[in-house]
Amino acid sequence: MARTNLVPPGPVVGKRAFQLPIVDGFLWLVRIAAIALILVGATRSIASARLSGQQWRDLVVFGIAQGSVYALVALGYTMVYGVLRFINFAHGEVFMIGAMTGYFVTDGLARTALWEAAPFLSLFIALICCMTVSALVALLLERVAYRPLRGAPRLIPFITAIGASFFLQYTMASLFGTSVKSYPEVEVLTGSFTLLGFRVLRVHLLVIVAALVIMAGLYLYVEKTKAGKAMRAVSEDQETAKLMGINVDRTIARVFGVGGAMAGAAGLLFGLVFQNVFFLSGFLPGIKAFTAAVLGGIGNIPGAAVGGLTLGMVESMGPSLVLVGLGIPAAHQLKDVVAFVTLVLVLIFRPTGILGERVSEDRG
Amino acid sequence: MGTRRYQFVACLVGALALVGAACAPEEQKAAEFTPGPLGAVTVEPGAPIKIGLIQAISGDTASLGQDQVRAVEIAIEDKGGNLLEQHPIRTQVEDDLCKAEGGTTAGQKLAADPQIVAVVGSSCSGAAVPAMEILSGKGIVMISGSNTSPRLTSDLRGKQGDAYKLGYLRTAHNDIIQGLAAANFAFQKLGAKRAATIHDGDPYTEGLANAFGSSFKELGGTISLATAISKGDTDMRPVLTEVAASKPDVVFFPIFQPEADFIVKQAKGFPLLADTKKLFGADGLLSDTFIVIGQTEGMYFSGPATPTGATYQELVAKYEKKFGEKPIQAFHAHAYDAVNMIFAAIEKSAVKESNGTVHIDRQKLIDAMHATKDYQGLTGTLTCDKFGDCADAKIDVVQNTPTEKTIDQVRGNVLFTFDPPETG
Repeated sequence: MARTNLVPPGPVVGKRAFQLPIVDGFLWLVRIAAIALILVGATRSIASARLSGQQWRDLVVFGIAQGSVYALVALGYTMVYGVLRFINFAHGEVFMIGAMTGYFVTDGLARTALWEAAPFLSLFIALICCMTVSALVALLLERVAYRPLRGAPRLIPFITAIGASFFLQYTMASLFGTSVKSYPEVEVLTGSFTLLGFRVLRVHLLVIVAALVIMAGLYLYVEKTKAGKAMRAVSEDQETAKLMGINVDRTIARVFGVGGAMAGAAGLLFGLVFQNVFFLSGFLPGIKAFTAAVLGGIGNIPGAAVGGLTLGMVESMGPSLVLVGLGIPAAHQLKDVVAFVTLVLVLIFRPTGILGERVSEDRG
Repeated sequence: MGTRRYQFVACLVGALALVGAACAPEEQKAAEFTPGPLGAVTVEPGAPIKIGLIQAISGDTASLGQDQVRAVEIAIEDKGGNLLEQHPIRTQVEDDLCKAEGGTTAGQKLAADPQIVAVVGSSCSGAAVPAMEILSGKGIVMISGSNTSPRLTSDLRGKQGDAYKLGYLRTAHNDIIQGLAAANFAFQKLGAKRAATIHDGDPYTEGLANAFGSSFKELGGTISLATAISKGDTDMRPVLTEVAASKPDVVFFPIFQPEADFIVKQAKGFPLLADTKKLFGADGLLSDTFIVIGQTEGMYFSGPATPTGATYQELVAKYEKKFGEKPIQAFHAHAYDAVNMIFAAIEKSAVKESNGTVHIDRQKLIDAMHATKDYQGLTGTLTCDKFGDCADAKIDVVQNTPTEKTIDQVRGNVLFTFDPPETG
């Protein structure tokens, strides 16, 4: 739409003006149809009184908890994209390694007296371990797989990332086996309580609070510290940043490290909620977090948080609210479809994502 | 001029050979044996009789195929290694990967060898469908020890399954029977009136969940919710919210790990589902890694009954001696019966010449397999119906209680055995 103004006046205009309304009209039809479908589904679902108000509120909480994990992983995608204009597809594996580390640390701690005596301290130790290991893996990845390819055409590091993703998956599989690893029970995190009419599982509260704190920390780091300023400068323009005396390589490494630490924290939280991890655990959450990053506007840090929460909510509520209302059987099987359709819909309405602004392609 | 003389001699030898080849024995053969519409396998004197195996021998489901490959090896040893006195039995093992792609490749490989008489396989129903499309075109008979999908045979009420092909048989139970058994147990023994089912989109789990649903409704129960998850899901709480809202007395989820782990662990958070006696799984979950999860205590499982009897114990003893471990899956006895049925049918249908050449007509072999009646196998008395279901299917429902520590103990804690009435 904005593009119409950019068309230079001349003989082409007549042709364009004839074509554009058809395309625009079609897009508007899609938009209206999508909204209508969602509204019909939602009204019928709510009117059927199949789920009680309490249960709807439960779904909201589940969505926020799942969304917090997505948001933490999405931050890694979005930050790397912000500075390098490249999608680090191995980030899902960094997340999985965080979850694996969490398993080994909590499993070890569960055998000590500390686990019973100071559960939160134990979890904090686990959190530090997960963040450290994941950050180290991300740094190593950057140093070994991506830095030598800096300046190569964009497709090359992208393919390397896919290779690195397989490498990490199967390294974990050969080191620790392919079996599913079960996190130990955390006594303090079992059970639930009621808050403002919302029934919240303790473990979900921990996830939500931890994610909020970590994201707030990241925001302050990027906005208020010198290193954060350097990151923003590099993401604006690498060449100029270099001229201003910023060590670009170190800043990029720092971005990977911080993103990896976020993914490590997300891995532990994921492990605490779902209590299971194995070598392929990172794949689907990785794809979902990438979707969340695009949904929120890739390259934008608050956008990753918003995108993650939106995606979590849509996955949790979507099948029950819309699909069941539309009479689709076995709706929860289509959870992933709902997530990706949401992405398409959001991009139809806002091609740059929820909070995204148009980024120029030639940067980076 | 020497070359020309050699050429003449070569021509003479060739001509004599042709005359010789066309002589008496060939005529006798023609008089004795005419191949049927599907062709025949001719085995020279002393040459091996080749049996193909299509089994999952790699990947997540490798144990399912490996177990059956071992059972076939034992069956061949029990037979003395030879069939029809002087023909050694040779096997060719192809991997079905438990996927349609694997079934296609394995089927093509075996169909390319005209000496393959019969096939034991596949491990997974999903692989059997494409494999059978290829093998049936060549007239090769295939018998499976572990396929259970109703699509491959019939719904046991005379309606042919959409993937049925001529030449397919099986000694494993039909899912319809397991669904019926589980529904009977839930309705009659547990007194459940409302049941919810969850499958994961896999043809096996979907077929079984639907079979359970229709049997449960026929018994007079209500299916409060028939839903599904997809493989790879971890957050089961939204779907469990729906399940809990439908207020079921029992939840039947014949799915696999790791999705089932998430279901049982997260179900604990729902007051309506916290009672593990409401949870009901199937044979896919009867594994060491699943039953150790705390929330599976009290859960029920349906699955094929472990055979009883002295002959079965002998097989287990041989298995342990040869492979150094107990049978690793539930279908070794079925595969053992399957391969022995092939041997019996070959013995019945083969035409033997005086010099030891054997002709096995493919159509006659298929007919002989289908004509199997009251065959005393390890898994019971097998009788094949016209769609290839041969099993004497007995389904056990077992419970995991705190006293059961190992998977064998859980399998042994039988609460209910379902022996279906003869369907004919």
